[in-house]
Amino acid sequence: MTAPPDRPRRGVSLYSFQEEYFLRTMSVEDCVAAAAAMGATGIEIIPEQSIPGYPVVTDEFAERWHGWMAAYGTIPVATNAFLDTRLHPDRWLTLDEQVASVRRDIDIAVRLGAGIVKATINFSPEVMAAAAPYAEDRGVRLLLEVHAPFHFSHPWILEHLEVMHRAGPHVLGLMPDMGVHVWRFPRVVSERALRDGADPALVDYIVRTYDDHGDTHALMDIVNYRGGGPVEFGLARQATHYIWTEPKDMLEHLPFIGHVQAKFYEMTDEGYEYSIPYDEIVPVLACGGFTGYLSSEYEGNRHIQDAHPVDSVEQVRRQQEMLARLLGE
Amino acid sequence: MFDQYIVCGLRARERSGGEVEVRMPYYRGLFLSMVEAVDLVLDGVPVPPERTTFTVHGNTYTFAELPGITGDRWEMGERAALGFDTGEPLAPGEHDVEVSVRLRISYMPVPGGGRDRKRLVAA
Repeated sequence: MTAPPDRPRRGVSLYSFQEEYFLRTMSVEDCVAAAAAMGATGIEIIPEQSIPGYPVVTDEFAERWHGWMAAYGTIPVATNAFLDTRLHPDRWLTLDEQVASVRRDIDIAVRLGAGIVKATINFSPEVMAAAAPYAEDRGVRLLLEVHAPFHFSHPWILEHLEVMHRAGPHVLGLMPDMGVHVWRFPRVVSERALRDGADPALVDYIVRTYDDHGDTHALMDIVNYRGGGPVEFGLARQATHYIWTEPKDMLEHLPFIGHVQAKFYEMTDEGYEYSIPYDEIVPVLACGGFTGYLSSEYEGNRHIQDAHPVDSVEQVRRQQEMLARLLGE
Repeated sequence: MFDQYIVCGLRARERSGGEVEVRMPYYRGLFLSMVEAVDLVLDGVPVPPERTTFTVHGNTYTFAELPGITGDRWEMGERAALGFDTGEPLAPGEHDVEVSVRLRISYMPVPGGGRDRKRLVAA
């Protein structure tokens, strides 16, 4: 028996390689191999992205999956579940139907050997509460992503926390997305807006408002008063969708945090994330005693693919190198 | 997201119309009931949805059927075939193909999707 880990571990969400998987230049196995080559041991997968035929997981796929884990020395850590409340055009899914959808995703996680299921931010507290007994039976933790613009003291998350405290952290919990710690505006996003024809003065105004941690609430209105159009509105909305919260805010909730989405937009040539200060985040988690996975989630491809070749593997490799350094590996 | 990859091929059919190969501008697969529209404008002329069909991994549907299809999916990166019938054979040579996709994504307050326009030579 191996000793329990005493520090955060490194993982990769296969979401990171979506550009290459979309274009079929990398297979699912290639993605796993790439993560392993970076020294990441934990694999996170979006079944709806990477398993053709979802929600059916064939014996053949399951065998190949477990074979890859053995061959590359990786561990299935987490799956991602989406809740299509609006599956039907004319009505919402009932609570029972929503819970059935979550149970199906829990079964898939168990099949793949993952002990964590990420619940997208639109899961309601009622669904989490209703799905908790099944998650507990199957030995899976259902973790709600804390995704910007939500944060730990947002009413939506507070409602969830009440449910989580009732069920217990071994069943329900949180999966913070590091997009809640965006210190300065991701430049891949503002540069894309410029390429799309945005007024440079308005782009500058939006970026400066965000970087000064000013009031972003009325940005769309101001952009409207200054003659902006759809591209500028889109950028202004983005500015309200990133938030800065202190990394130490995670500490209070640490027993409920089972996994961290190490979201990033751009790893620079110098080896740091342009907008998210991981040098502040990682020590907080390490000193706090977090022993789950920091799971790379590269989201830059969509902002550069119009003008630059996307190299997700290189971007994730740089982030993993940075995480290893900050973890003192 | 992925807009520029939506339109990825054009084929003529023998008698009338043809097929545009299309990929979904999204990062996961979706049940077809959430694919609200895949609209085609060919050489500047909109093709009515009732004159198009949608084929994923060998299964063909009309757009009137799609809202009820909750057991089949358009996979991420899959090349679906958007069939169109214009009543005449597609002329050989280059065509202007514009496709817009509208998706119903439950966690998003506004429709998802995207738009792509390319000049393609019919194969």
